[in-house]
Amino acid sequence: MKWKKIEEQFFKALMILSTVVIVASFFLIVGTIVSKGLPSLSWEMLSEIPTGDFYMGGEGGILNSIVGSLYIAAGSSLLALLISLPIVIYINVYLKKSSWMGNLTRLGYDVLFGMPSIVYGAFGFTLMIYLGMKASLLGGIIAVTLLIIPIMVRTMDEVVRSVPKELFEASYSLGATRYETAFVLLKQVAPGIFTAILLAFGRGIGDVASVMFTAGFSNDLPQSLQDPASTLPLAVFNQLSSPVEEVQARAYGAALILTIVVLLISISARMMSKRLSKNKI
Amino acid sequence: MKFRIVKDKIAGSTMLVLTILSVLLAVLVGWGLYYKSLPLLEKNTLWDLLSSSAWKPSKGQFGFFAFIMGTLWVTAIAVLLALPLCLLSSIFISEYAHPRLRKIIVPVVDLLSGIPPVVFGVWGVLMVVPFIENYVAPHFVAYPMGYSVLAGGIVLGVMIFPLIIALFLEVFSAVPREMRDASLSVGATKWQTVKFVLLKKSLPGLVASVVLAVSRAFGETIAVLMVCGSVAIVPQSVFDSGYPLPALIANNYGEMLSAPEYESALLFAAFLLFAIIFLFNAVSRIVLGRIKKRIE
Repeated sequence: MKWKKIEEQFFKALMILSTVVIVASFFLIVGTIVSKGLPSLSWEMLSEIPTGDFYMGGEGGILNSIVGSLYIAAGSSLLALLISLPIVIYINVYLKKSSWMGNLTRLGYDVLFGMPSIVYGAFGFTLMIYLGMKASLLGGIIAVTLLIIPIMVRTMDEVVRSVPKELFEASYSLGATRYETAFVLLKQVAPGIFTAILLAFGRGIGDVASVMFTAGFSNDLPQSLQDPASTLPLAVFNQLSSPVEEVQARAYGAALILTIVVLLISISARMMSKRLSKNKI
Repeated sequence: MKFRIVKDKIAGSTMLVLTILSVLLAVLVGWGLYYKSLPLLEKNTLWDLLSSSAWKPSKGQFGFFAFIMGTLWVTAIAVLLALPLCLLSSIFISEYAHPRLRKIIVPVVDLLSGIPPVVFGVWGVLMVVPFIENYVAPHFVAYPMGYSVLAGGIVLGVMIFPLIIALFLEVFSAVPREMRDASLSVGATKWQTVKFVLLKKSLPGLVASVVLAVSRAFGETIAVLMVCGSVAIVPQSVFDSGYPLPALIANNYGEMLSAPEYESALLFAAFLLFAIIFLFNAVSRIVLGRIKKRIE
Protein backbone atom coordinates (compact mmCIF):
# COMPACT_ATOMS: atom_id res chain seq x y z
CA MET A 1 0.00 0.00 0.00
CA LYS A 2 2.79 2.34 0.96
CA TRP A 3 4.85 1.39 -2.09
CA LYS A 4 2.55 2.91 -4.67
CA LYS A 5 2.64 6.24 -2.87
CA ILE A 6 6.44 6.23 -2.95
CA GLU A 7 6.40 5.31 -6.62
CA GLU A 8 3.99 8.14 -7.34
CA GLN A 9 6.18 10.68 -5.57
CA PHE A 10 9.33 9.38 -7.22
CA PHE A 11 8.00 9.65 -10.76
CA LYS A 12 6.36 12.96 -10.12
CA ALA A 13 9.70 14.35 -9.01
CA LEU A 14 11.35 12.94 -12.13
CA MET A 15 8.70 14.54 -14.33
CA ILE A 16 9.10 17.92 -12.72
CA LEU A 17 12.85 17.62 -13.08
CA SER A 18 12.59 16.78 -16.81
CA THR A 19 10.23 19.67 -17.41
CA VAL A 20 12.61 22.02 -15.61
CA VAL A 21 15.51 20.76 -17.74
CA ILE A 22 13.57 21.31 -20.96
CA VAL A 23 12.31 24.77 -20.06
CA ALA A 24 15.75 25.72 -18.73
CA SER A 25 17.41 24.67 -22.00
CA PHE A 26 15.53 27.45 -23.79
CA PHE A 27 16.69 30.09 -21.33
CA LEU A 28 20.19 28.63 -21.33
CA ILE A 29 20.46 29.02 -25.11
CA VAL A 30 19.03 32.52 -25.20
CA GLY A 31 21.11 33.51 -22.16
CA THR A 32 24.34 32.23 -23.69
CA ILE A 33 23.71 34.06 -26.95
CA VAL A 34 22.76 37.30 -25.19
CA SER A 35 25.74 37.32 -22.83
CA LYS A 36 28.24 36.52 -25.61
CA GLY A 37 26.63 38.61 -28.31
CA LEU A 38 25.79 41.79 -26.46
CA PRO A 39 29.39 43.09 -26.04
CA SER A 40 30.09 42.94 -29.77
CA LEU A 41 26.84 44.54 -30.81
CA SER A 42 27.17 48.08 -32.13
CA TRP A 43 25.40 50.53 -34.39
CA GLU A 44 28.22 50.16 -36.91
CA MET A 45 27.48 46.47 -37.17
CA LEU A 46 23.87 47.09 -38.08
CA SER A 47 24.38 49.94 -40.49
CA GLU A 48 27.49 49.22 -42.58
CA ILE A 49 28.49 46.67 -45.14
CA PRO A 50 31.76 44.71 -44.68
CA THR A 51 35.00 46.32 -45.82
CA GLY A 52 37.69 44.39 -47.67
CA ASP A 53 39.46 42.91 -44.65
CA PHE A 54 36.30 42.45 -42.62
CA TYR A 55 36.88 38.73 -42.26
CA MET A 56 40.34 39.38 -40.88
CA GLY A 57 39.00 41.71 -38.19
CA GLY A 58 38.65 44.88 -40.26
CA GLU A 59 35.98 47.56 -40.22
CA GLY A 60 32.42 47.18 -41.30
CA GLY A 61 29.13 45.60 -40.35
CA ILE A 62 26.69 43.00 -41.53
CA LEU A 63 24.07 45.18 -43.19
CA ASN A 64 24.47 43.11 -46.37
CA SER A 65 23.35 39.99 -44.52
CA ILE A 66 20.46 41.71 -42.76
CA VAL A 67 19.15 43.11 -46.02
CA GLY A 68 19.74 39.82 -47.85
CA SER A 69 17.85 37.89 -45.18
CA LEU A 70 14.92 40.28 -45.30
CA TYR A 71 14.75 40.13 -49.10
CA ILE A 72 14.90 36.34 -49.18
CA ALA A 73 12.44 35.81 -46.32
CA ALA A 74 9.98 38.42 -47.62
CA GLY A 75 10.21 37.30 -51.25
CA SER A 76 9.77 33.64 -50.46
CA SER A 77 6.94 34.28 -47.98
CA LEU A 78 5.05 36.20 -50.65
CA LEU A 79 5.70 33.56 -53.30
CA ALA A 80 4.80 30.73 -50.94
CA LEU A 81 1.58 32.51 -49.95
CA LEU A 82 0.53 32.85 -53.59
CA ILE A 83 1.02 29.12 -54.06
CA SER A 84 -0.33 27.80 -50.77
CA LEU A 85 -3.48 29.88 -50.46
CA PRO A 86 -5.20 28.36 -53.53
CA ILE A 87 -4.17 24.88 -52.38
CA VAL A 88 -5.67 25.36 -48.92
CA ILE A 89 -8.85 26.81 -50.44
CA TYR A 90 -9.12 23.94 -52.89
CA ILE A 91 -8.79 21.13 -50.37
CA ASN A 92 -11.14 22.80 -47.90
CA VAL A 93 -13.80 24.49 -50.02
CA TYR A 94 -13.89 22.59 -53.29
CA LEU A 95 -13.25 19.11 -51.93
CA LYS A 96 -15.48 17.21 -49.52
CA LYS A 97 -14.24 16.79 -45.98
CA SER A 98 -13.14 13.16 -46.34
CA SER A 99 -12.12 13.16 -49.99
CA TRP A 100 -9.13 10.95 -50.74
CA MET A 101 -7.46 13.72 -52.66
CA GLY A 102 -7.60 16.14 -49.78
CA ASN A 103 -6.17 13.52 -47.46
CA LEU A 104 -3.43 12.61 -49.90
CA THR A 105 -2.49 16.27 -50.27
CA ARG A 106 -2.35 16.68 -46.50
CA LEU A 107 -0.21 13.57 -46.17
CA GLY A 108 2.06 14.85 -48.93
CA TYR A 109 2.55 18.12 -47.13
CA ASP A 110 3.14 16.38 -43.82
CA VAL A 111 5.94 14.45 -45.49
CA LEU A 112 7.36 17.53 -47.23
CA PHE A 113 7.21 19.36 -43.89
CA GLY A 114 9.58 16.77 -42.44
CA MET A 115 12.12 17.09 -45.24
CA PRO A 116 15.36 18.64 -44.02
CA SER A 117 16.31 21.97 -45.55
CA ILE A 118 19.55 20.53 -46.92
CA VAL A 119 17.48 18.37 -49.27
CA TYR A 120 15.67 21.46 -50.57
CA GLY A 121 19.01 23.23 -50.87
CA ALA A 122 20.55 20.39 -52.86
CA PHE A 123 17.47 20.07 -55.04
CA GLY A 124 17.27 23.83 -55.59
CA PHE A 125 20.92 23.80 -56.58
CA THR A 126 20.36 21.00 -59.10
CA LEU A 127 17.36 22.85 -60.48
CA MET A 128 19.39 26.05 -60.87
CA ILE A 129 22.15 24.28 -62.75
CA TYR A 130 19.54 22.69 -64.98
CA LEU A 131 18.03 26.10 -65.70
CA GLY A 132 21.46 27.69 -66.16
CA MET A 133 21.07 30.06 -63.21
CA LYS A 134 23.88 31.27 -60.99
CA ALA A 135 23.73 31.42 -57.20
CA SER A 136 21.67 34.55 -56.58
CA LEU A 137 18.95 36.22 -54.58
CA LEU A 138 16.39 34.56 -56.84
CA GLY A 139 17.94 31.14 -56.31
CA GLY A 140 17.78 31.63 -52.56
CA ILE A 141 14.17 32.76 -52.77
CA ILE A 142 13.22 29.67 -54.79
CA ALA A 143 14.89 27.25 -52.36
CA VAL A 144 13.36 28.92 -49.29
CA THR A 145 9.95 29.02 -50.99
CA LEU A 146 10.11 25.24 -51.46
CA LEU A 147 11.03 24.94 -47.79
CA ILE A 148 8.22 27.07 -46.38
CA ILE A 149 5.27 26.09 -48.62
CA PRO A 150 4.61 23.00 -46.45
CA ILE A 151 4.69 25.12 -43.28
CA MET A 152 2.16 27.56 -44.72
CA VAL A 153 -0.16 24.92 -46.12
CA ARG A 154 -0.20 22.96 -42.87
CA THR A 155 -0.71 25.98 -40.62
CA MET A 156 -3.44 27.52 -42.77
CA ASP A 157 -5.16 24.18 -43.28
CA GLU A 158 -5.38 23.71 -39.52
CA VAL A 159 -6.95 27.14 -39.09
CA VAL A 160 -9.41 26.71 -41.94
CA ARG A 161 -10.50 23.29 -40.71
CA SER A 162 -11.49 24.79 -37.38
CA VAL A 163 -14.09 26.98 -39.09
CA PRO A 164 -17.58 25.57 -38.39
CA LYS A 165 -19.37 24.24 -41.43
CA GLU A 166 -22.37 26.48 -40.70
CA LEU A 167 -20.37 29.38 -42.13
CA PHE A 168 -20.10 27.56 -45.45
CA GLU A 169 -23.76 26.59 -45.35
CA ALA A 170 -24.86 30.14 -44.65
CA SER A 171 -22.87 31.33 -47.63
CA TYR A 172 -24.18 28.61 -49.95
CA SER A 173 -27.76 29.16 -48.83
CA LEU A 174 -27.51 32.76 -50.04
CA GLY A 175 -26.66 31.44 -53.46
CA ALA A 176 -22.91 32.05 -53.37
CA THR A 177 -20.66 29.83 -55.45
CA ARG A 178 -17.74 27.97 -53.90
CA TYR A 179 -15.40 30.61 -55.29
CA GLU A 180 -17.34 33.38 -53.60
CA THR A 181 -17.58 31.36 -50.40
CA ALA A 182 -13.79 31.19 -50.37
CA PHE A 183 -13.68 34.95 -49.83
CA VAL A 184 -16.12 34.74 -46.94
CA LEU A 185 -13.85 32.10 -45.46
CA LEU A 186 -10.70 34.17 -46.02
CA LYS A 187 -12.20 37.11 -44.21
CA GLN A 188 -12.98 34.87 -41.26
CA VAL A 189 -9.50 33.31 -41.01
CA ALA A 190 -7.41 36.37 -41.91
CA PRO A 191 -5.55 36.49 -38.56
CA GLY A 192 -4.75 32.77 -38.90
CA ILE A 193 -3.31 33.35 -42.34
CA PHE A 194 -1.21 36.15 -40.94
CA THR A 195 0.10 33.77 -38.27
CA ALA A 196 1.04 31.27 -40.97
CA ILE A 197 2.91 33.96 -42.89
CA LEU A 198 4.81 35.02 -39.77
CA LEU A 199 5.78 31.44 -38.91
CA ALA A 200 6.98 30.80 -42.46
CA PHE A 201 8.87 34.10 -42.48
CA GLY A 202 10.59 33.18 -39.22
CA ARG A 203 11.61 29.80 -40.55
CA GLY A 204 12.79 31.34 -43.82
CA ILE A 205 14.93 33.99 -42.17
CA GLY A 206 16.67 31.49 -39.91
CA ASP A 207 17.50 28.68 -42.27
CA VAL A 208 21.00 28.15 -43.61
CA ALA A 209 21.20 24.80 -45.33
CA SER A 210 18.75 25.79 -48.06
CA VAL A 211 20.45 29.08 -48.98
CA MET A 212 24.03 27.88 -48.66
CA PHE A 213 24.19 26.55 -52.20
CA THR A 214 21.58 28.74 -53.78
CA ALA A 215 22.02 32.33 -52.62
CA GLY A 216 25.78 32.59 -53.02
CA PHE A 217 27.61 35.07 -50.85
CA SER A 218 28.37 38.74 -51.28
CA ASN A 219 29.66 41.67 -49.28
CA ASP A 220 27.50 44.11 -51.21
CA LEU A 221 23.84 44.85 -50.96
CA PRO A 222 21.97 42.91 -53.64
CA GLN A 223 20.71 45.29 -56.34
CA SER A 224 18.74 42.85 -58.46
CA LEU A 225 17.39 39.31 -58.32
CA GLN A 226 20.45 38.07 -60.20
CA ASP A 227 22.92 39.33 -57.61
CA PRO A 228 24.34 36.94 -55.05
CA ALA A 229 23.24 37.72 -51.51
CA SER A 230 24.35 36.92 -48.00
CA THR A 231 21.95 36.09 -45.18
CA LEU A 232 22.20 36.51 -41.41
CA PRO A 233 22.58 32.80 -40.59
CA LEU A 234 25.21 32.52 -43.32
CA ALA A 235 27.07 35.47 -41.77
CA VAL A 236 27.02 33.72 -38.38
CA PHE A 237 28.20 30.48 -39.87
CA ASN A 238 31.00 31.99 -41.96
CA GLN A 239 32.34 34.30 -39.28
CA LEU A 240 32.34 31.61 -36.64
CA SER A 241 34.69 29.46 -38.71
CA SER A 242 37.24 32.30 -38.83
CA PRO A 243 40.35 31.89 -36.67
CA VAL A 244 40.38 35.62 -35.78
CA GLU A 245 38.83 36.22 -32.38
CA GLU A 246 37.22 39.57 -33.25
CA VAL A 247 35.46 38.02 -36.19
CA GLN A 248 34.17 35.21 -34.00
CA ALA A 249 32.89 37.77 -31.52
CA ARG A 250 30.96 39.40 -34.35
CA ALA A 251 29.44 36.02 -35.18
CA TYR A 252 27.97 35.99 -31.67
CA GLY A 253 26.64 39.50 -32.25
CA ALA A 254 25.03 38.41 -35.52
CA ALA A 255 23.57 35.36 -33.79
CA LEU A 256 22.06 37.64 -31.17
CA ILE A 257 20.43 39.85 -33.83
CA LEU A 258 19.05 36.74 -35.55
CA THR A 259 17.71 35.36 -32.26
CA ILE A 260 16.01 38.63 -31.36
CA VAL A 261 14.37 38.91 -34.79
CA VAL A 262 13.19 35.31 -34.78
CA LEU A 263 11.87 35.44 -31.21
CA LEU A 264 9.96 38.65 -31.92
CA ILE A 265 8.40 37.01 -34.97
CA SER A 266 7.48 33.83 -33.10
CA ILE A 267 6.00 35.69 -30.16
CA SER A 268 3.86 37.90 -32.36
CA ALA A 269 2.77 34.86 -34.38
CA ARG A 270 1.60 33.09 -31.21
CA MET A 271 -0.17 36.19 -29.98
CA MET A 272 -1.94 36.42 -33.31
CA SER A 273 -3.01 32.80 -33.17
CA LYS A 274 -4.79 33.43 -29.88
CA ARG A 275 -7.51 35.15 -31.86
CA LEU A 276 -7.59 32.87 -34.84
CA SER A 277 -10.90 34.02 -36.17
CA LYS A 278 -12.15 37.49 -36.81
CA ASN A 279 -15.67 37.01 -35.51
CA LYS A 280 -16.70 34.50 -32.90
CA ILE A 281 -19.21 32.06 -34.29
CA MET B 1 -25.49 34.88 -63.59
CA LYS B 2 -23.85 32.24 -65.78
CA PHE B 3 -20.59 34.17 -65.53
CA ARG B 4 -20.32 33.53 -61.79
CA ILE B 5 -20.60 29.81 -62.31
CA VAL B 6 -17.99 29.88 -65.05
CA LYS B 7 -15.68 31.81 -62.76
CA ASP B 8 -16.24 29.24 -60.03
CA LYS B 9 -15.38 26.40 -62.41
CA ILE B 10 -12.28 28.10 -63.80
CA ALA B 11 -10.95 28.95 -60.34
CA GLY B 12 -11.63 25.38 -59.27
CA SER B 13 -9.69 23.78 -62.09
CA THR B 14 -6.78 26.21 -61.73
CA MET B 15 -6.50 25.39 -58.06
CA LEU B 16 -6.82 21.68 -58.81
CA VAL B 17 -3.87 21.88 -61.20
CA LEU B 18 -1.84 23.83 -58.66
CA THR B 19 -2.63 21.31 -55.92
CA ILE B 20 -1.65 18.34 -58.08
CA LEU B 21 1.55 20.05 -59.24
CA SER B 22 2.55 20.94 -55.71
CA VAL B 23 2.09 17.39 -54.47
CA LEU B 24 4.10 16.20 -57.44
CA LEU B 25 6.88 18.36 -56.03
CA ALA B 26 7.70 15.59 -53.56
CA VAL B 27 8.03 13.16 -56.46
CA LEU B 28 10.04 15.68 -58.47
CA VAL B 29 12.53 16.30 -55.66
CA GLY B 30 13.09 12.57 -55.23
CA TRP B 31 13.35 11.92 -58.94
CA GLY B 32 15.70 14.86 -59.54
CA LEU B 33 18.11 13.72 -56.84
CA TYR B 34 17.91 10.10 -58.01
CA TYR B 35 18.55 11.11 -61.61
CA LYS B 36 21.60 13.08 -60.56
CA SER B 37 23.02 10.19 -58.56
CA LEU B 38 22.60 7.71 -61.43
CA PRO B 39 26.18 8.14 -62.74
CA LEU B 40 27.49 7.01 -59.35
CA LEU B 41 25.04 4.14 -59.09
CA GLU B 42 26.03 2.87 -62.51
CA LYS B 43 29.69 2.61 -61.55
CA ASN B 44 29.24 1.16 -58.09
CA THR B 45 26.74 -1.20 -56.56
CA LEU B 46 24.49 0.22 -53.88
CA TRP B 47 25.95 -2.20 -51.36
CA ASP B 48 29.52 -1.06 -52.07
CA LEU B 49 28.56 2.58 -51.64
CA LEU B 50 26.86 1.95 -48.31
CA SER B 51 29.37 -0.47 -46.80
CA SER B 52 32.73 0.95 -47.85
CA SER B 53 34.37 3.64 -45.78
CA ALA B 54 36.97 4.68 -48.38
CA TRP B 55 36.21 8.32 -49.20
CA LYS B 56 38.75 9.55 -51.75
CA PRO B 57 36.93 11.74 -54.26
CA SER B 58 40.12 12.44 -56.21
CA LYS B 59 40.56 8.71 -56.88
CA GLY B 60 36.89 8.23 -57.58
CA GLN B 61 36.26 6.23 -54.40
CA PHE B 62 33.03 7.05 -52.68
CA GLY B 63 32.24 5.00 -49.59
CA PHE B 64 29.49 6.33 -47.36
CA PHE B 65 29.86 3.98 -44.40
CA ALA B 66 31.67 6.46 -42.13
CA PHE B 67 29.07 9.16 -42.82
CA ILE B 68 26.16 6.82 -42.28
CA MET B 69 27.66 5.69 -38.97
CA GLY B 70 28.24 9.33 -38.01
CA THR B 71 24.58 10.08 -38.66
CA LEU B 72 23.44 7.01 -36.71
CA TRP B 73 25.61 7.83 -33.69
CA VAL B 74 24.45 11.42 -33.49
CA THR B 75 20.80 10.49 -34.03
CA ALA B 76 20.95 7.69 -31.46
CA ILE B 77 22.48 9.95 -28.80
CA ALA B 78 19.96 12.69 -29.51
CA VAL B 79 16.98 10.36 -29.25
CA LEU B 80 18.31 8.59 -26.15
CA LEU B 81 18.68 11.97 -24.48
CA ALA B 82 15.44 13.53 -25.63
CA LEU B 83 13.06 10.59 -25.36
CA PRO B 84 13.00 9.99 -21.57
CA LEU B 85 13.06 13.71 -20.78
CA CYS B 86 10.27 14.51 -23.21
CA LEU B 87 8.15 11.51 -22.22
CA LEU B 88 8.26 12.41 -18.53
CA SER B 89 7.76 16.07 -19.26
CA SER B 90 4.78 15.55 -21.57
CA ILE B 91 3.13 13.27 -19.01
CA PHE B 92 3.63 16.05 -16.48
CA ILE B 93 2.21 18.70 -18.81
CA SER B 94 -0.80 16.67 -19.89
CA GLU B 95 -1.71 14.88 -16.63
CA TYR B 96 -0.27 16.69 -13.63
CA ALA B 97 0.32 20.35 -14.40
CA HIS B 98 -2.20 22.97 -13.40
CA PRO B 99 -3.72 24.60 -16.52
CA ARG B 100 -2.14 27.88 -15.55
CA LEU B 101 1.32 26.30 -15.38
CA ARG B 102 0.66 24.51 -18.69
CA LYS B 103 -0.06 27.87 -20.28
CA ILE B 104 3.47 28.97 -19.36
CA ILE B 105 5.38 25.79 -20.24
CA VAL B 106 3.86 25.05 -23.65
CA PRO B 107 4.64 28.48 -25.19
CA VAL B 108 8.25 28.31 -23.96
CA VAL B 109 8.68 24.90 -25.60
CA ASP B 110 7.08 26.38 -28.72
CA LEU B 111 9.56 29.25 -28.76
CA LEU B 112 12.40 26.74 -28.55
CA SER B 113 11.19 25.27 -31.85
CA GLY B 114 11.48 28.67 -33.49
CA ILE B 115 15.16 29.17 -32.71
CA PRO B 116 17.18 28.84 -35.96
CA PRO B 117 19.56 25.87 -36.31
CA VAL B 118 22.60 28.11 -36.60
CA VAL B 119 21.87 29.61 -33.17
CA PHE B 120 21.72 26.09 -31.71
CA GLY B 121 25.09 25.55 -33.36
CA VAL B 122 26.57 28.68 -31.78
CA TRP B 123 25.24 27.57 -28.39
CA GLY B 124 26.82 24.17 -28.95
CA VAL B 125 30.19 25.72 -29.75
CA LEU B 126 30.03 28.11 -26.80
CA MET B 127 28.70 25.79 -24.15
CA VAL B 128 28.37 22.10 -25.01
CA VAL B 129 31.76 21.63 -26.68
CA PRO B 130 33.84 23.27 -23.90
CA PHE B 131 31.80 21.45 -21.27
CA ILE B 132 32.55 18.06 -22.81
CA GLU B 133 36.18 18.94 -23.41
CA ASN B 134 36.84 20.19 -19.88
CA TYR B 135 34.51 18.27 -17.62
CA VAL B 136 33.25 15.09 -19.24
CA ALA B 137 35.76 13.67 -21.70
CA PRO B 138 38.89 13.92 -19.46
CA HIS B 139 37.41 11.25 -17.18
CA PHE B 140 37.11 8.78 -20.03
CA VAL B 141 39.71 9.36 -22.75
CA ALA B 142 43.37 10.35 -22.90
CA TYR B 143 43.03 13.10 -25.51
CA PRO B 144 39.78 14.91 -24.73
CA MET B 145 38.16 16.76 -27.57
CA GLY B 146 34.92 18.70 -27.42
CA TYR B 147 33.96 18.45 -31.06
CA SER B 148 32.43 15.00 -30.94
CA VAL B 149 29.35 12.97 -31.76
CA LEU B 150 28.32 13.47 -28.13
CA ALA B 151 28.24 17.26 -28.62
CA GLY B 152 26.25 16.78 -31.83
CA GLY B 153 23.85 14.43 -30.08
CA ILE B 154 23.25 16.83 -27.18
CA VAL B 155 22.60 19.84 -29.43
CA LEU B 156 20.36 17.77 -31.67
CA GLY B 157 18.54 16.31 -28.67
CA VAL B 158 17.64 19.80 -27.43
CA MET B 159 16.57 20.74 -30.96
CA ILE B 160 14.03 17.91 -31.14
CA PHE B 161 12.50 18.54 -27.68
CA PRO B 162 9.70 20.75 -29.03
CA LEU B 163 8.75 18.36 -31.83
CA ILE B 164 8.56 15.31 -29.57
CA ILE B 165 6.63 17.13 -26.85
CA ALA B 166 4.11 18.55 -29.31
CA LEU B 167 3.53 15.11 -30.85
CA PHE B 168 3.30 13.33 -27.48
CA LEU B 169 0.80 15.86 -26.13
CA GLU B 170 -1.37 15.31 -29.19
CA VAL B 171 -1.20 11.54 -28.75
CA PHE B 172 -2.10 11.77 -25.05
CA SER B 173 -5.05 14.01 -25.78
CA ALA B 174 -6.49 11.24 -27.95
CA VAL B 175 -6.92 8.96 -24.92
CA PRO B 176 -10.49 9.45 -23.64
CA ARG B 177 -10.96 11.11 -20.26
CA GLU B 178 -13.32 8.26 -19.19
CA MET B 179 -10.52 5.70 -19.37
CA ARG B 180 -8.44 7.65 -16.89
CA ASP B 181 -11.45 8.15 -14.64
CA ALA B 182 -12.24 4.44 -14.69
CA SER B 183 -8.72 3.62 -13.56
CA LEU B 184 -8.69 6.29 -10.84
CA SER B 185 -12.08 5.22 -9.55
CA VAL B 186 -10.89 1.71 -8.75
CA GLY B 187 -8.19 3.12 -6.52
CA ALA B 188 -5.18 3.41 -8.83
CA THR B 189 -2.79 6.27 -8.21
CA LYS B 190 -2.23 8.82 -10.89
CA TRP B 191 1.08 7.27 -11.84
CA GLN B 192 -0.48 3.79 -12.06
CA THR B 193 -3.14 5.24 -14.33
CA VAL B 194 -0.44 6.75 -16.51
CA LYS B 195 1.48 3.48 -16.58
CA PHE B 196 -1.34 1.04 -17.19
CA VAL B 197 -3.85 3.14 -19.12
CA LEU B 198 -2.32 6.20 -20.74
CA LEU B 199 0.99 4.75 -21.93
CA LYS B 200 -0.55 1.44 -22.94
CA LYS B 201 -3.30 3.12 -24.93
CA SER B 202 -1.02 5.58 -26.67
CA LEU B 203 1.85 3.23 -27.48
CA PRO B 204 1.37 3.18 -31.29
CA GLY B 205 1.17 6.97 -31.37
CA LEU B 206 4.26 7.30 -29.22
CA VAL B 207 6.23 4.98 -31.50
CA ALA B 208 5.12 6.89 -34.59
CA SER B 209 6.13 10.18 -32.92
CA VAL B 210 9.57 8.83 -32.11
CA VAL B 211 10.03 7.69 -35.72
CA LEU B 212 9.13 11.20 -36.83
CA ALA B 213 11.63 12.69 -34.39
CA VAL B 214 14.33 10.30 -35.59
CA SER B 215 13.79 11.41 -39.16
CA ARG B 216 13.98 15.05 -38.09
CA ALA B 217 17.27 14.35 -36.33
CA PHE B 218 18.56 12.53 -39.40
CA GLY B 219 18.37 15.55 -41.63
CA GLU B 220 19.50 18.33 -39.32
CA THR B 221 22.56 19.87 -40.87
CA ILE B 222 24.11 23.07 -39.70
CA ALA B 223 23.92 22.76 -35.93
CA VAL B 224 25.40 19.28 -36.05
CA LEU B 225 28.03 20.26 -38.58
CA MET B 226 29.24 23.02 -36.28
CA VAL B 227 29.91 20.79 -33.27
CA CYS B 228 30.70 17.33 -34.65
CA GLY B 229 34.27 17.83 -35.76
CA SER B 230 33.72 16.68 -39.35
CA VAL B 231 36.33 13.94 -39.47
CA ALA B 232 35.46 11.13 -41.85
CA ILE B 233 35.98 8.21 -39.51
CA VAL B 234 33.63 5.60 -38.11
CA PRO B 235 33.13 6.78 -34.51
CA GLN B 236 34.15 4.19 -31.91
CA SER B 237 32.94 6.05 -28.85
CA VAL B 238 30.79 9.05 -28.04
CA PHE B 239 33.94 11.17 -27.67
CA ASP B 240 35.11 10.57 -31.23
CA SER B 241 34.49 13.06 -33.99
CA GLY B 242 31.91 12.18 -36.55
CA TYR B 243 30.80 13.32 -39.98
CA PRO B 244 27.06 12.95 -40.55
CA LEU B 245 25.63 12.76 -44.07
CA PRO B 246 23.99 16.22 -44.16
CA ALA B 247 27.24 17.81 -42.97
CA LEU B 248 29.05 16.07 -45.81
CA ILE B 249 26.75 17.71 -48.36
CA ALA B 250 26.93 21.14 -46.75
CA ASN B 251 30.71 21.15 -46.34
CA ASN B 252 31.61 20.13 -49.86
CA TYR B 253 29.14 21.88 -52.11
CA GLY B 254 31.85 24.32 -53.14
CA GLU B 255 33.99 21.61 -54.67
CA MET B 256 31.02 19.76 -56.01
CA LEU B 257 31.26 21.22 -59.49
CA SER B 258 34.93 20.30 -59.91
CA ALA B 259 34.10 16.73 -60.92
CA PRO B 260 30.79 15.38 -62.19
CA GLU B 261 31.31 12.22 -60.14
CA TYR B 262 31.74 14.24 -56.98
CA GLU B 263 28.50 16.07 -57.62
CA SER B 264 26.79 12.78 -58.25
CA ALA B 265 28.12 11.40 -54.95
CA LEU B 266 26.91 14.37 -52.91
CA LEU B 267 23.49 14.34 -54.53
CA PHE B 268 23.34 10.60 -53.85
CA ALA B 269 23.84 11.48 -50.19
CA ALA B 270 20.94 13.92 -50.47
CA PHE B 271 18.85 11.25 -52.19
CA LEU B 272 19.62 8.81 -49.39
CA LEU B 273 18.39 11.34 -46.82
CA PHE B 274 15.31 12.03 -48.91
CA ALA B 275 14.42 8.35 -49.31
CA ILE B 276 14.84 7.44 -45.63
CA ILE B 277 13.00 10.49 -44.35
CA PHE B 278 10.22 10.11 -46.91
CA LEU B 279 9.60 6.54 -45.79
CA PHE B 280 9.76 7.29 -42.05
CA ASN B 281 7.55 10.34 -42.38
CA ALA B 282 4.91 8.72 -44.53
CA VAL B 283 4.50 5.70 -42.26
CA SER B 284 4.39 7.64 -39.00
CA ARG B 285 2.09 10.34 -40.38
CA ILE B 286 -0.39 7.69 -41.51
CA VAL B 287 -0.37 6.14 -38.02
CA LEU B 288 -0.74 9.54 -36.33
CA GLY B 289 -3.48 10.55 -38.77
CA ARG B 290 -5.52 7.48 -37.81
CA ILE B 291 -5.19 8.39 -34.14
CA LYS B 292 -6.25 11.97 -34.80
CA LYS B 293 -9.29 10.81 -36.73
CA ARG B 294 -10.36 8.77 -33.71
CA ILE B 295 -10.72 11.95 -31.63
CA GLU B 296 -12.69 13.76 -34.29
